[in-house]
Amino acid sequence: MSGFIELDRVRLRYQEGDELALEQTSLEVAEGEFVAVVGPSGCGKSSLMKLVTGLLPPSEGNITVAGQDVSGPISIVGMAFQASTLLPWRTTLQNVMLPLEIVQPHRSQLRRHRAAYEEKARALLAEVGLSGFEDKYPWELSGGMQQRANLCRALIHEPKLLMLDEPFGALDAFTREELWDTLQALWMQHGFTVILVTHDLREAVYLADTVYVMSKRPGRILERRHNPLPRPRTQETSFTSQFVDLVHELRDKIKDVRAADG
Amino acid sequence: MAEESITRDAPAPPARRDDRPLVKRMATHRRTQKAAPYLSTIGLFVLWEGIVRLFDVPTYILPTPSESFVAVWEYRDAIWMHAAQTLYTTLAGFAIAVVFGVLLGALVGSSRAIYDAVNPLLIGFNSIPKVAVVPILVMWFGIGSVPAILTAFLISFFPIVVNVATGLATLEPELRDVLRSLGATRRDILVKVGFPRALPYFFASLKVAITLAFVGSVLAETVASNLGVGYLMMSASSKFNMPLVFAGLMVIAAMGIAMYEVCNRIERRSTKWAHRGDQ
Repeated sequence: MSGFIELDRVRLRYQEGDELALEQTSLEVAEGEFVAVVGPSGCGKSSLMKLVTGLLPPSEGNITVAGQDVSGPISIVGMAFQASTLLPWRTTLQNVMLPLEIVQPHRSQLRRHRAAYEEKARALLAEVGLSGFEDKYPWELSGGMQQRANLCRALIHEPKLLMLDEPFGALDAFTREELWDTLQALWMQHGFTVILVTHDLREAVYLADTVYVMSKRPGRILERRHNPLPRPRTQETSFTSQFVDLVHELRDKIKDVRAADG
Repeated sequence: MAEESITRDAPAPPARRDDRPLVKRMATHRRTQKAAPYLSTIGLFVLWEGIVRLFDVPTYILPTPSESFVAVWEYRDAIWMHAAQTLYTTLAGFAIAVVFGVLLGALVGSSRAIYDAVNPLLIGFNSIPKVAVVPILVMWFGIGSVPAILTAFLISFFPIVVNVATGLATLEPELRDVLRSLGATRRDILVKVGFPRALPYFFASLKVAITLAFVGSVLAETVASNLGVGYLMMSASSKFNMPLVFAGLMVIAAMGIAMYEVCNRIERRSTKWAHRGDQ
């Protein structure tokens, strides 16, 4: 195997004697690939995220990212969650720049090259349509804008891997679909690898090159679906029969998973 | 004037004329709201005065507020001296409580193990009536300012510890993950997120702590001092000078309100983001 991210027969249990959270999971993601992981709630999708980012060590098996064994937090990753967790005492710009105050080598260069870094943060905010909001506080932004800023914060240090855990789950349908386009555009522009955890099948099909379906707890990967829909995908794409069929098939698969053992 | 000229130049749409009373009504409402604390205080005094006069309560049981105010004026030199002493011991004890409370709170809030170890001790200690501690302090430090300062400190540090610890410990797990995945150390997380986040909790606790500090210092003064409002009230009551006792109470209350307001102002100024929405 020679993927950018490789999980080799990974198992995870949180505590000795606990039920397995993740069972025999193998996964391979190519560099620059957009992967979505779908499954019923509580299937260990979030555990998968923590494993790949090195926040949790696997109980068994191996994880490598960019050719290196993951044994602790890896800083080539950016993360965003459903809750935007922007800091209310910082302006949007200051929030976006937070990772630069932590990740090396930016951390030691920030003071000297502050103007250049700020310029970069402004450019990124402009890319997601937030120019003019740099000096607003997060609580002055709408939910969708907060998530846009959250994406910027996850990307400002140019991570090779973007991990998203239901980032649009709390948004209304229209805002969510706008953000799909924003995310797709960012991804096409910057070429990072994405693992998107979601339970929205339309979201998975709209965005991902490959969709993985996970089983109920203990989580296992049941199916890997290649998604050949051409890019960039638009609202029009989501009405094509190809799109609808794929969503439909995944839906059936999930239904089977949910029906199995209870 | 401006409104007049507008109505003269062009006929204003009827909707405009309708919302003027509303604006006016809101202004009146705001004015009433501002006056409310003064009205309620005056109301309390009037009620008190009326009841004492109506039932003809003797002064050595309950003096009227007017008698108490007269006493404040009559004994103003003594009250001034004692009040300054009480303010000094209270603020000194409060200052120690802030420093100690923040340090201990930071320690307790940033480590689960320390929290588990220290929490029962803290709760146990806080449950001890501080009046029982004053004799011990007198044995150690003698009569004077020190027991008052220490009692003020002992009674007021607890809410600060609890609030600072809570502010630090309730960090969102997602945010912690985001920061940890970036390689943030515990110290990074504490400095970048923990402390700013705990700030509103800290300031809220100051408001509780400052009023408690007055309780502590006055308590110690009544037992073991020959200075301070607490002492003044004790000596006045032993001479059946009830108006002076109540004058002392009023002075303490006034100082408490004043210091509370100082803490309140500092809180609002330094953590505006936590008070969004209420102006």
